[in-house]
Amino acid sequence: MTEPLLQVENLQVAFSTRHGTVTALHGIDIALARGETLGIVGESGSGKSVTSLAVMRLLDRAGRITGGRVLFDGRDITHAGHADLRRLRGSALSMIFQNPRAALNPIRTVEHQIIDVLAAHGRLSRASARTQALELLRAVLIRDPEARLKAYPHELSGGMCQRVMIAMAIACEPALLIADEPTTGLDVTTQQTVMELLARIKAERGMAMILITHDLGLAARWCDRIAVMEAGRVVEHGPTETLFEAPKHPYTRRLVAASPTRQSTLADLAPDAPPVRVRAVERRPPGTPPLLELVNVVKSFGGPVPAVDDVSFRLPVGGALGLVGESGSGKTTLSRLVCRLLDPDDGDIVFDGESIARIPAREFHRSRQRRDIQIVFQDPNDSLNPRHTAFDSIAHPLRRLEGMRDGAALDTRVREAASRAGLPMDLLHRFPHQLSGGQKARVGIARAVAPRPRLMILDEPTAALDVSVQAVILQLLDRLRREDGIGLLFVSHDLNVVRMLCDDLVVLQVGKVMEAGPSQEIFRHPQAEYTRTLLEAVPYFDPQRRATLLSSTAA
Amino acid sequence: MSDIAISRSSTGRHIVYVLRSNPVTAVAAVGALVLAFVALFAPVLVPYDPVASNVPNALQPPSAAHWAGTDQLGRDIFSRILAATRLDLMIAFSAVSISFALGAVIGGFCGYRGGGLDRWVGRFVDVLMAFPLFVLAMALVAALGNRVENIIIATAVINLPFYIRFARAEVNVRRNAGWVEAARACGDSHLSVVLRVLLPNILPAMAVQISLNLGWAILNAAGLSFIGLGVRPPTPEWGIMVAEGARFITTGKWWLVALPGLALMLTVLCFNLLGDGLRDILDPRMRT
Repeated sequence: MTEPLLQVENLQVAFSTRHGTVTALHGIDIALARGETLGIVGESGSGKSVTSLAVMRLLDRAGRITGGRVLFDGRDITHAGHADLRRLRGSALSMIFQNPRAALNPIRTVEHQIIDVLAAHGRLSRASARTQALELLRAVLIRDPEARLKAYPHELSGGMCQRVMIAMAIACEPALLIADEPTTGLDVTTQQTVMELLARIKAERGMAMILITHDLGLAARWCDRIAVMEAGRVVEHGPTETLFEAPKHPYTRRLVAASPTRQSTLADLAPDAPPVRVRAVERRPPGTPPLLELVNVVKSFGGPVPAVDDVSFRLPVGGALGLVGESGSGKTTLSRLVCRLLDPDDGDIVFDGESIARIPAREFHRSRQRRDIQIVFQDPNDSLNPRHTAFDSIAHPLRRLEGMRDGAALDTRVREAASRAGLPMDLLHRFPHQLSGGQKARVGIARAVAPRPRLMILDEPTAALDVSVQAVILQLLDRLRREDGIGLLFVSHDLNVVRMLCDDLVVLQVGKVMEAGPSQEIFRHPQAEYTRTLLEAVPYFDPQRRATLLSSTAA
Repeated sequence: MSDIAISRSSTGRHIVYVLRSNPVTAVAAVGALVLAFVALFAPVLVPYDPVASNVPNALQPPSAAHWAGTDQLGRDIFSRILAATRLDLMIAFSAVSISFALGAVIGGFCGYRGGGLDRWVGRFVDVLMAFPLFVLAMALVAALGNRVENIIIATAVINLPFYIRFARAEVNVRRNAGWVEAARACGDSHLSVVLRVLLPNILPAMAVQISLNLGWAILNAAGLSFIGLGVRPPTPEWGIMVAEGARFITTGKWWLVALPGLALMLTVLCFNLLGDGLRDILDPRMRT
C-alpha cells in the first residue's frame, strides 16, 4: 500500500479555560489515502471540528496540540512555522466552512475574493487571474458565471455562496479538502446539489476529502470510509457499508438508531423512552369546529410576490399538521400569522370557532387566546433571553399571562412544565449559555407548555439539534399531543420528520399550497412535482443508498 | 427558595472571580468604595471646618497639622478636598442617571420601532452632537441660572445624545432575536418588550458607558466651576479650588492647585477603570 496522504497519529488537543485545561481530543488516529473520502461523524462536542482545525493548524489561541503528530504527504506539519503553513493552506490543504455567507467578505466582490486566493499562492497577471476565476466559477457550475464575478456575497443565495467558497477552496488545486458541515443551513434540494458538486470536483481532480457532518445519511451517501467520534475519541472506524450495516460500538449503534430512515417511526428512534400513555382523546362528534382554520390567508411584505398567498387549511382538535417547504416558502410567515405576532393582509384565522385575525397583533397579548396559542422557536440558542435563568424563562408566560407572582404556586407550575418537557429540576437556575442545545430546546418547550396552551406552533424545533436529541424531542412533542391533547402545527423543511409526527401535511412553495393531505399518502404517492423533488432530496439515512455519481462525472 | 440561594451565592462568587482575574478592576472598586465612604462621612471625617477662614495662617505648605496645606484664606485644603467629594459625586451621579434613564428609554424605543420617530430623533441627536459640548453646557448654565441643579441639567443634556445613540444601536441589533419574539408570545406588549426584555439585556454594555461618563461628568462640573459657572465660593468644589489656586501657582504655591487636581484626576481614573469590570459582573454570559 502506498503512503497515505494524511496521517494523524495519536493527536491530542487541549484548551485552556476558566476552569483549567480541558482536553478536547484524547489521541486521534486517522489515515487518508489520495482521492479517498473520509466521513467524520459525531454529535456536537465530539471534537470533529477541533480535529479538522488541528490538522489545518487553525486552532484559536486557547487551544494547542499537546501530543501526537500530523503527517501530510509524509511530512510532519505538527510544528510547522507560519510561513510553511501559509504555503500549505490553500495549495495543499483547503477547507470549506459551515456558514458560507459568514465566511465570505461582505464588501468584496466574488472576483476579488477568488483572485486574492490565487494571488496569495503565486504570481499571476490580472488578466490571467480573472480568466482563472471565471473558470473556477464554471467548475462549480454556478449559473451565469460572468455576472456572478461582479456580485457581492449578499446578492447570492446560500447555495451560491457555498459554490463560491468551494471555488475558492479548490483554486490552488489542493490535494486535500476538508468540508466542515458544508450543507448545514442550506435547503434540502440545495444540499443535494452542493454535495453532488463536491463529489464531482473531488473525482475530477483526484482530491481527497474529509467530510465532517452530524448527518449519518449524508455521510453514508458520499463517503468511502467513516470515523465515528464521541467525546474526543474515534470510537469506531471502517468502510461505510460494514460500519453502518453492523455497528459495533454502542455509541454508533445509538446514532444509527436515532437517524430517521424512510420507514422509521418515532418509537424506533429512541427505543428506551417510556411508552406514551395515550389519554382517551375526547372524540368530538363530527361537525364540531376544528381547533384552527385558515381561510384564504394572504400576507405580503411588499415584494413582487406575496410571502403567503391564499393559504387555507384546518387542524382538528388534538391533531398534528405539518407545514413543509424550503426557505422562502412562507412557512415561517404562516407560523407567525397563526401565532398572531403578524397581521394578515387578507383572509381569516379561526381559532376554536372564533375569528382571531381581526385582533391586531400588537393588541393580541391582551386577548384570552394568547395563552391558548404558544410557539416553540427554531433555534433554541436564539430564543431564550440571555439574562433569564431557565426558571425565569419558563415563568415568563405565567407571570405575564396569568399574573402569577413569585411563590409556591408559580414554583409548582414551573416545575410541572419543566417535568412535562423532561427538563431536570437542577438545571432550572442555570442561564441559557450554561445549557446544552438539547436542554435549551427543552426550556423552550417547557415555556410554551407552561400556560397550558391548546395549540402549539413548532417552528423547526429540532433543526439545530443532534439526531439523538432530535429523536427524544420529537417523542416528547408527540407525547404532549397524545397525553395532553395539545394541537401541533409543525413547521419544517424535513418531510421525513414531519411524516413521523403529523397526520396531515401541507406542502408550500413560494407562499402557495402545492399539495395537502394525509402525510402517509403524500409520502407514498406525491402528486405535485415539487413534492417529489423535496422527497428525493430529503437526507434520510439509508446505509445502502450510495451516491450514483459515476454516471454524471462525464458531463 | 433554594434556587434563589444558589443564584445569589454564585453571583457573589462571580464578582470575586471577576475582581481576582482583573486586579485593575479590584483596585478601581476599592477606590470607588473609598470615594463613596468619603462622600457619605465627609462632615465627620474633616479635621477642620472646610469654610472657616483663618487669614493669619494663609498659604501654608503641607505640614503635619495641615496635610495638604492651607489656601489664601487659611482654610485647610485637605478638609476642603474631602468636603468637595460629596458635591462633585452628587452632580456626576445625578447627571449621568438622568441621561442614562432618558437615553436608554428614548434610544430603546427608536431602535425597536425604527421608522419616522427614529429618523427624527436621530437628526435631533446629530444636531445636538454638532455643538461643541462644553460650550453648550456653558450656554445652558448661563441661560438657566447659576445653580447646582442647572449644572446637573446641563451635564445631563450634553451626555444624552451618546446614550440615545448607544441604546438605539444595541437594541437595534437585538430586536429581531428569537427571544424578543418569544417574549411577545409570552404575553409582553411592545412596551414591555422594550422596557423589561431589551433594556436589561443592553445593561452590561451600557455599564461601560456609564462608568466612563461618570468621570467625564465630574470633569465637566469642575470645568464649569473653574470658569465661574455653577458652584460659587466659598462652597468647596474641586474645580473652584483649582481655579482659585491658579493665581498662586506662579509664586510656587503648588499645593493649592495640585492636590485638588490630584483628587479630581484619581476619581476620574477610578471610574474609567471600573467600566470593564462592571460589564463582566453584570453580564450573565461571562459566568461559565
